Amino acid sequence: MTRQAEFRGGLLNPSAPEPEGLTDGRNRPAGRRYGVYRNNVTVSLREALAEGFPSLVSLIGRENFDHVARAFLRQSPPKSPLMMHYGAGLPEFVATLDQLKHLPYLADVARIDLAMRQSYHAADSTGINPAELQALDEDALLATRFAFAPSMILLRSPWPAGSIWRYTLRGGDKPTGGGEDVLILRAEYDPEPHVLGPGAGDVLTALLAGAPFGTAIDAGGDSFDLAALLDLLLSNNAVIALNT
Amino acid sequence: MPDASHSFPLLPNLPGVGYKPQHFWRILSDPSPVGWFEIHAENYMGDGGRPIAQLNVLAERFPISVHGVGLSIGGEGRLDREHLSRLKRLCDWLKPASFSEHLAWSTHDSHFLNDLLPLPYTNDTLTRVADHIDEVQTVLGRQMLLENPSSYLAFAESTWSETDFLAEVVRRTGCGLLLDVNNVFVSATNLDYSPQAYIDAYPLDAVAEIHLGGHDEDEDDHGAPLLIDSHGREVVDPVWALLDHTLARSGPKPLLVEWDTDVPDWPVLADEARRAAGALTRVLA
Ligand SMILES: [Fe+2]
Repeated sequence: MTRQAEFRGGLLNPSAPEPEGLTDGRNRPAGRRYGVYRNNVTVSLREALAEGFPSLVSLIGRENFDHVARAFLRQSPPKSPLMMHYGAGLPEFVATLDQLKHLPYLADVARIDLAMRQSYHAADSTGINPAELQALDEDALLATRFAFAPSMILLRSPWPAGSIWRYTLRGGDKPTGGGEDVLILRAEYDPEPHVLGPGAGDVLTALLAGAPFGTAIDAGGDSFDLAALLDLLLSNNAVIALNT
Repeated sequence: MPDASHSFPLLPNLPGVGYKPQHFWRILSDPSPVGWFEIHAENYMGDGGRPIAQLNVLAERFPISVHGVGLSIGGEGRLDREHLSRLKRLCDWLKPASFSEHLAWSTHDSHFLNDLLPLPYTNDTLTRVADHIDEVQTVLGRQMLLENPSSYLAFAESTWSETDFLAEVVRRTGCGLLLDVNNVFVSATNLDYSPQAYIDAYPLDAVAEIHLGGHDEDEDDHGAPLLIDSHGREVVDPVWALLDHTLARSGPKPLLVEWDTDVPDWPVLADEARRAAGALTRVLA
């Protein structure tokens, strides 16, 4: 085993022995000095996760979060020095934990935290002028395909994940009700999650898959409010091109 | 990506601070006495959004030092080529006044450990570090600065002193040095040597930037002081004194105040920078 493999071995494994041949500079064994590195690694990764998942921290409490984070970071240390991407696997990990089975919506709320961060760092883009859409005749409109901002992310949950996220971090009315489609939009630099009305998630899923507008809106069903969805998308610069 | 319209070829011999987004508007209205900013490279490797937009504004007005924390220069494996090309993209866009990294490792078997881990000072390490620095300087097409670490322990197998090791790296690669005087104080306290003697043995001619920062205090198993490099508070008086000792030998240098955790409001940081400006004034007097 190489020196760094040995040193690395104990960093995320508290039961691993301290590496040999480390001293305190006075010819005594390093002892708990190795623990400084252990602690730095664990704490820095845990803090990064806590910062990245504010609603999860708030929902289960900081102490429980730290336990979850420690288990996760030991199993899944970062694969890249870009800490802004770290923790993408945490929502799935949370879903596998027996201790959290009584909060089945947690993973989806954590996915909103993650998507907010992804949206924040996504590439910049410019929304179309709404007049471009109005200028199309009906046939052209039905045939057009929308290109969306890289910062737009759609999450579909069987739980009221968007309302729980909002209630947890911003207060207001306690969430009730069933599943929600949540659309994260970044008009300029600040991403914001929006809970969509009925049918809008199906329409957006179709549009994101590249369906022409005419086909996509058929997926919306009777109570789908097309004007509301278009207004939301256009006012948040989410549509960046119309491909006819 | 946007293009920084100005570029500053060198860091000035003025105080700089680590850039924090919460200070953005304050900096634009009154940056004094700060003359330049340092950024952590990895925080600006997203595809877009506010961080990059702010950095673009900052870089038009101030010299920028790009400080990498993720390249793992001392790693046993080869350098992460993907990460190196991200650094190249950032430097090509930003045209920073300086690029620096650490004498440390942080990646092993493709796992990034998010800490600056220590190296034994041996001939093998020297060869590896020099090869990696050659590669970085070739890819980036510029000189890099290498920063001395904060040490909490020593390796029994080390055969070089840290100062001789750094001087030899400079000789082999032509890189410059980033001298962190807080790290010197932390390591000297932890490993029981004189920080002044370290500075006296250090290749000061190669220094192109100096770091100052705060540390925390702890104890080891024997009750000996164990200082932890935390960048979370004011620079302590003995480190300011060590800075004076250094500047008296090196002459004026760009001085950076690092404050990365529990980041204070701008006036507190500006006060630290003012103290650094005072040290520069004394050396010119
Ligand atoms: Fe430093």
